[in-house]
Amino acid sequence: MIHFVLLISRQGKVRLTKWYSPYSQKERSKVIRELSGLVISRGPKLCNFVEWRGLKVVYKRYASLYFCICNDQEDNELETLSIIHHYVETLDRYFGSVCELDLIFNFHKAYFILDEVLLAGMLQETSKRTTLRLIAAQEELVEAAKEEASSLSNIIAQATK
Amino acid sequence: MGSQGGFGQSKEFLDLIKSIGEARSKAEEDRIVIREIETLKRRISEPDIPKRKMKEYIIRLLYVEMLGHDASFGYIHAVKMTHDDNLLSKRTGYLAVTLFLNDDHDLIILIVNTIQKDLKSDNYLVVCAALNAVCRLINEETIPAVLPLIVELLSHGKEAVRKKAVMALHSFYRKSPSSVSHLVSNFRKRLCDNDPGVMGATLCPLFDLINDDPNPYKDLVVSFVSILKQVAEHRLPKSYDYHQMPAPFVQIKLLKILALLGSGDKPSSEHMYTVIGDIIRKGDSSSNIGNAILYESIRTVSSIHSNAKLLEAAADVIAKFLKSDSHNLKYMGIDALGRLIKLSPLIAEQHQLAVIDCLEDPDDTLKRKTFELLYKMTKSSNVEVIVDRMIEYMISISDDHYKTYIASRCVELAEQFAPSNHWFIQTMNKVFEHAGDLVNIKVAHNLMRLIAEGFGEDDDAAYSQLRSSAVESYLRIIGEPKLPSVFLQVICWVLGEYGTADGKHSASYITGKLCDMAEAYSNDEIVKAYAITALTKIYAFEIAAGRKVDMLSECQSLVEELLASHSTDLQQRAYELQAVIGLDARAVEAILPHDASCEDIEVDKNLSFLNGYIQQSIESGAMPYISENERSGMVNTSNFRSHDQQESGQHGLRFEAYEVPKAPVPSKVTPVSLSSTTDLVPVPESLYARETQQISSVGLASDTGSSELKLRLDGVQKKWGKPTYSSPASSSNSTSQNPVNGVTKVDVATTINSKARDSYDSRKQQNEIDPEKQKLAASLFGGSTKTERRTSTSSKGPKASAADRPQDSKAASVPNKASGEKTNQVQQPPPQDLLDLGEPTVTAAPPAVDPFMQLEGLLDSSNSSAVTNSGGAVANAPDIMGLYRGTTSSEQSGGGGYNPASGDNLNLLSELSNAAAVRGTTGATIVSPLSPSVKGANAKDSLEKDAKVRQMGVTPTSQNPNLFRDLLG
Repeated sequence: MIHFVLLISRQGKVRLTKWYSPYSQKERSKVIRELSGLVISRGPKLCNFVEWRGLKVVYKRYASLYFCICNDQEDNELETLSIIHHYVETLDRYFGSVCELDLIFNFHKAYFILDEVLLAGMLQETSKRTTLRLIAAQEELVEAAKEEASSLSNIIAQATK
Repeated sequence: MGSQGGFGQSKEFLDLIKSIGEARSKAEEDRIVIREIETLKRRISEPDIPKRKMKEYIIRLLYVEMLGHDASFGYIHAVKMTHDDNLLSKRTGYLAVTLFLNDDHDLIILIVNTIQKDLKSDNYLVVCAALNAVCRLINEETIPAVLPLIVELLSHGKEAVRKKAVMALHSFYRKSPSSVSHLVSNFRKRLCDNDPGVMGATLCPLFDLINDDPNPYKDLVVSFVSILKQVAEHRLPKSYDYHQMPAPFVQIKLLKILALLGSGDKPSSEHMYTVIGDIIRKGDSSSNIGNAILYESIRTVSSIHSNAKLLEAAADVIAKFLKSDSHNLKYMGIDALGRLIKLSPLIAEQHQLAVIDCLEDPDDTLKRKTFELLYKMTKSSNVEVIVDRMIEYMISISDDHYKTYIASRCVELAEQFAPSNHWFIQTMNKVFEHAGDLVNIKVAHNLMRLIAEGFGEDDDAAYSQLRSSAVESYLRIIGEPKLPSVFLQVICWVLGEYGTADGKHSASYITGKLCDMAEAYSNDEIVKAYAITALTKIYAFEIAAGRKVDMLSECQSLVEELLASHSTDLQQRAYELQAVIGLDARAVEAILPHDASCEDIEVDKNLSFLNGYIQQSIESGAMPYISENERSGMVNTSNFRSHDQQESGQHGLRFEAYEVPKAPVPSKVTPVSLSSTTDLVPVPESLYARETQQISSVGLASDTGSSELKLRLDGVQKKWGKPTYSSPASSSNSTSQNPVNGVTKVDVATTINSKARDSYDSRKQQNEIDPEKQKLAASLFGGSTKTERRTSTSSKGPKASAADRPQDSKAASVPNKASGEKTNQVQQPPPQDLLDLGEPTVTAAPPAVDPFMQLEGLLDSSNSSAVTNSGGAVANAPDIMGLYRGTTSSEQSGGGGYNPASGDNLNLLSELSNAAAVRGTTGATIVSPLSPSVKGANAKDSLEKDAKVRQMGVTPTSQNPNLFRDLLG
């Protein structure tokens, strides 16, 4: 099972965190500090796994962003690595050549997408198309709701004039 | 795609993100965030905030919390937002609460009601949002509130809902298995869902259920096998493909389940052989995910009832992994090897050099995994090499968690396989010295006991030699600064017991050392207690030997100090010391007999020595004693002592058969024993107790003269007995040894030498391999030798028998090729982080970047900034460039005039998409064949994004052009 997902930039700045196991705010900061030190300092040729407090952290670097997933000792590391890549590919399709800036300004969207890929620490959906379709459905509805709201408020505004 | 590059937030929020992005230090960032928190606190409690604004506030809260600050003041607003009818707000609300709250938070109760309502919603998107929250927020107590609703959703029309409902039930199962135990049939039904996503999701709970108890699911083996077969044959929709592999994540999950079901079950396993064989055969080892499946197959093969053919196939895959250049694959290979080694121990031998390479790799992760493997293959023949390696590594690291772990492994291996006492003590010393505070105190007690009992030697000379070597080594170590407390305790105890035993060191020398220790570690009361007791013993031995005791002045002052100590324990010990010194030789000898630390103390629980006194009292009219049992009628169940004994037995050494038991050692000391009617209660380890009790039983020691010894040494002896001892110096010794041991009792050192040398010779012509490494390999893997090797070693010398030779070279020939390269690699300095900037390729950069030229036309405004940027980029370059994973010259070439926009355009393939083939790694000219034309549309996107960001006032300064680089490039 996945315990948490972390996105940290090369400078150690947090871009996204998702906790599937209970960690207090204090523990979270500690974990982030510890792991960013651990992961960022690793050289480029070393393997993408770090054993950490009896768990395993699988990380991968994309441009200047590190994607880290922490899971149980018994999990298949290569699979986890693929999960990361799968998520990044999904992001890429959604944003259209995703870059770090997208994730900085739209981190909540990255969260929504993550929620469709992983749920309760498990891989939920492995088809990018299905994931994106669901996200699109939610957003269409959002858009529709927005229009509705604005037209309604227009009407109200006009009526009250 | 709904919102490419559209940042729907307010200027204020963008400014916040921007300023945090530009913060130069964590302190600055914190200041900004704290200011933001103040603003939010003020704003969020204003009345009548428009929904859109509120949503943004919540997102800003998320941001604050993500950066590690406390946003708890806003939780309630997030909860309120989930009540909102508008999906937009609701979704954000749910997102926020799932991120803010753990499932034990007080606010959960306020959300449950909303969740219930939303689960019944007509809009499946609302249901989905609620289900996401359910997985995170519903705890054991609130499960019943939503459970029926979720079970209903299992047959919802939308597959997304069914899938999430399954996952939600799974999360319930993890939180409280009993809550969903009656729903197992539902999972089984979902396994046949016609949506592959739902089926895939169902595998998660089934995996856990089967993990807990596989038996009720044996009937599903056939279904799982057929699903796996269909998946592997591309029967699922194309959209489940991942890098041309058919639904690999589903395959992996199924393989995991099969591993559980087939474990120790031959008939079930037989169903699986074909499909697993097919998967391995068709396995694609060029992609990451392909290797993931192969690795999972190996795990399954090693777990189910073994099949020779599959094992062979698995071994081939492992060979491929180990020979790969990728550290990831090596890691997986080592792991897989560790799993397979139990089934076919010989497999390790052909990979010995690869394993050694991994052991010497600069990568810690790989190294640790290799230690794991070595731990699994430790035998008495290679324990010295392995444990030495482990200790060496243990000393070099600072990670306490792992240090503790590896220290306990060392101790375990040393206890189990130690070839000699001397080695054992040396090893333990090292472990204590470097990780003393991290090892269990019981390990120290064991060590003391072992030194005291002499490992059951019957040879007095070896016995005392061992002790004096221990004393010597401790006297040497004592001078080191900052020894761990546990180790000091051992040292004090050993010096006290045996410091003066061999007559080499005078009492004043030893006592001086002990005083120094007590002084140097004056904060540590336990050490002081050990030291003062050791002093007592040394003085007692001196007195008993008839020598005059003159206390050093420093001892005197130490005793005086302790007499007034706040610790009653220390006081007591100090007083005892004083009392003992005042006694005459005979009494002292009775109190503290020399070398009696491992004698059992016999406690006369009847206190018969008091009989006379009682008689007297009764005669003078006292009430006779009525035992507690009789008074209360209760049965006395437990006995503290025996309890104690059990406990220590549990932890203690491993007493598994090592050698045939031998007769108990006769003791040279008069034991303190009582009449045969009394219970014999061995008192383990507790040294202090021993002494005080002995004092109390002194009176009796004289009247019982039984010379029979009642040591409980049976187990210990077997383990540590002489027969296992083989001196590294001469192999003639070892040949004459007890054959019962079964395993080759080979003289390790000679084996290493002869084997290393001859294997080296035989390979010299083919390939230059570091002889050191060969030697190591031989010593690690040579242990698995057959008997023929054993005979060959007894011939002793550089020339091994002819029979030995071909075998060796054959074993080594497989990994030879790979290891040739690897040696080179190892010799190179470890890859540097900030690499290659000085390389000439950089200068050739600008012309190489094709898209850059194009961009100039498109982006006039950014052109000028690009020029200025380049200066900054260069300054910043080590940061930006050097670390891009798998850096190649193509990237470096861009490094010179790196412009954010061109960064977008530069198409850097990630590792996973077969980059290696495309990249020209040698020259400076990298004309990427996949520049703008391939990603034309994206380049435009990027430009749009760039422009938009600029409009908003976020200038992609030179500070971090990486922000604009495609993650997936």
